Amino acid sequence: MSAGSLCDLPGHVLAGMIRAGEATASDLAGSVLRRIQEVDDRLHAFLLVTSEMAREQAAAADVRFRAGEDLPGVAGIPVALKDVLTTRGIRTTAGSKILEPYIPPYDSTAWARLKAAGAVLVGKTNCDEFAMGSSNENSAFGPVRNPWNLDTVPGGSSGGSAAAVAAGEAVWGLGTDTGGSVRQPASLCGVVGLKPTYGRISRYGLIAFASSLDHVGTLTRTVRDAAVLLSAIAGHDPLDATSLPEPASDYARALDDGVRGLRIGVVEEWLAMDGVQPGVRDRVREGIDRLERLGASVDSATLPHADYALSAYYLIAPAECSSNLARYDGVRYGYRTQEARDSVELNKKTRGEGFGDEVKRRIMLGTYSLSAGYYDAYYGQAQKVRTLVIRDYQEAFERFDLLVGPTSPTTAFRLGEKTEDPLAMYLSDVFTIPSDRSGTPAISIPCGLSDGLPVGFQIMGKLTDEATVLRAAHALEQDLAFSARPPLLEELGASA
Amino acid sequence: MPVDIDVEHVARLARLDLTDEERERFGRQLRLILEHAEKVGEVAAEDVPPTSHPVPRSNVFRPDQASPTLPHDEALSGAPESEAGRFKVPPIVERNE
Repeated sequence: MSAGSLCDLPGHVLAGMIRAGEATASDLAGSVLRRIQEVDDRLHAFLLVTSEMAREQAAAADVRFRAGEDLPGVAGIPVALKDVLTTRGIRTTAGSKILEPYIPPYDSTAWARLKAAGAVLVGKTNCDEFAMGSSNENSAFGPVRNPWNLDTVPGGSSGGSAAAVAAGEAVWGLGTDTGGSVRQPASLCGVVGLKPTYGRISRYGLIAFASSLDHVGTLTRTVRDAAVLLSAIAGHDPLDATSLPEPASDYARALDDGVRGLRIGVVEEWLAMDGVQPGVRDRVREGIDRLERLGASVDSATLPHADYALSAYYLIAPAECSSNLARYDGVRYGYRTQEARDSVELNKKTRGEGFGDEVKRRIMLGTYSLSAGYYDAYYGQAQKVRTLVIRDYQEAFERFDLLVGPTSPTTAFRLGEKTEDPLAMYLSDVFTIPSDRSGTPAISIPCGLSDGLPVGFQIMGKLTDEATVLRAAHALEQDLAFSARPPLLEELGASA
Repeated sequence: MPVDIDVEHVARLARLDLTDEERERFGRQLRLILEHAEKVGEVAAEDVPPTSHPVPRSNVFRPDQASPTLPHDEALSGAPESEAGRFKVPPIVERNE
């Protein structure tokens, strides 16, 4: 096997090869960096490639391996971080002009844990500005393109991490999911996207969008990799008051237990919804049949208020965003306007010049729905809908261990197709938003192609039950044996 | 139901300088989004309690131990302008000269 194709292998396989002396972390870093050079001028998945640091970290990992240290499974594996996760001394922009000059003085907990375990940072990935978007077209630094078809979007907001992992520009990626921003791009790019339980992975150092909905999640090419990566970064963090009190556990342990005996509910109203592409419906139905053949008991389930969750999301997320983004004032860090006579003008101009369209729209929406006279009609009502969504899941999980359905109504759409119509764009997240509202874990895995583009299969579990979600996802993944690769990679030819 | 939104007022509350074009466009788009969002009123009955957080937590305390905080120079390292160990901004109160 040539060193050039190492970057296409799953992380858990690479971890084994490194330990068996068949490859070094340095070979692997070289392979990933070469792939970035080959394809990223077309994909634009990265805002910053940390080549030199990656080589140094890989060499350091190799030294530790040679010294016989017993390193965790993430050691030596190249990771790409969505540019909303802070990295000490390394520029972190959140895809926004307002943070273009920002060099954080601290590490996010997720990255700090990976770094301590010997993982290798290859770069910071492009994303929708402040993680607000479903197509990556809201990045202040230009869109990301989908490696499956360069005329289509990779999804968003973690589109850069999803595209990078799909194209072998990183073995693993971290993203964030507030309304579907890990699972929807995973679906559109044909990779595995896991959003664990709210609080499972610390939000410390995650640049806040909507704090009660923000989750850190993983982007990988296999379910086993998702489990290994989650195990490395999960667990209580005293620096995040909302982090779950339990320590991390080994989420890969029960992966091979299969689905026999599991009760799986199909969210039928999602499959029946207008706007779900026939190809998406067919692939998801086939996935469900496979789970049944593998021994799961399958029946129809209902989440009656999921439809309202979308409306409520577009009140709650902007409300929290308008409050969180009040900190960008041109005073302490980030961009500052060049011309301001007084402090109020400094704030207004800095923010007017520094924020992009979607961020301004959401700040306005949130400010309005929290303002005097409207709070009860909008924000208050939306919080009640949140209660109803949580009750839906609780009732469904009395009958079922897992719920399944599509991740997104469509495959990757064309650049520019939905930018003028915010509501159409928002619909892309209609099946992912409910589990952000309820905090329950969910995963998207590729379940085939429709017209040459990947379709995502979503598996949702009970609060804190990532283990069952991963186990079912692994069983379905093994049965599907999805092995298609983005055409872009085939074009690289024999040299890759 | 048509939504009444005073874009100018909201922009002032949010401290956002908007262009005329942005005011017109956001006004139109926000009205559409809010009309859609009003759907929440259909199911949010009196007897449904609001939920602010997916996994309820209360009174999360850290141990009462002193620990180092961000050093002064690092806290100021990203400031667009600073002077004498402080963030520097244009005048906040008017000067009588």
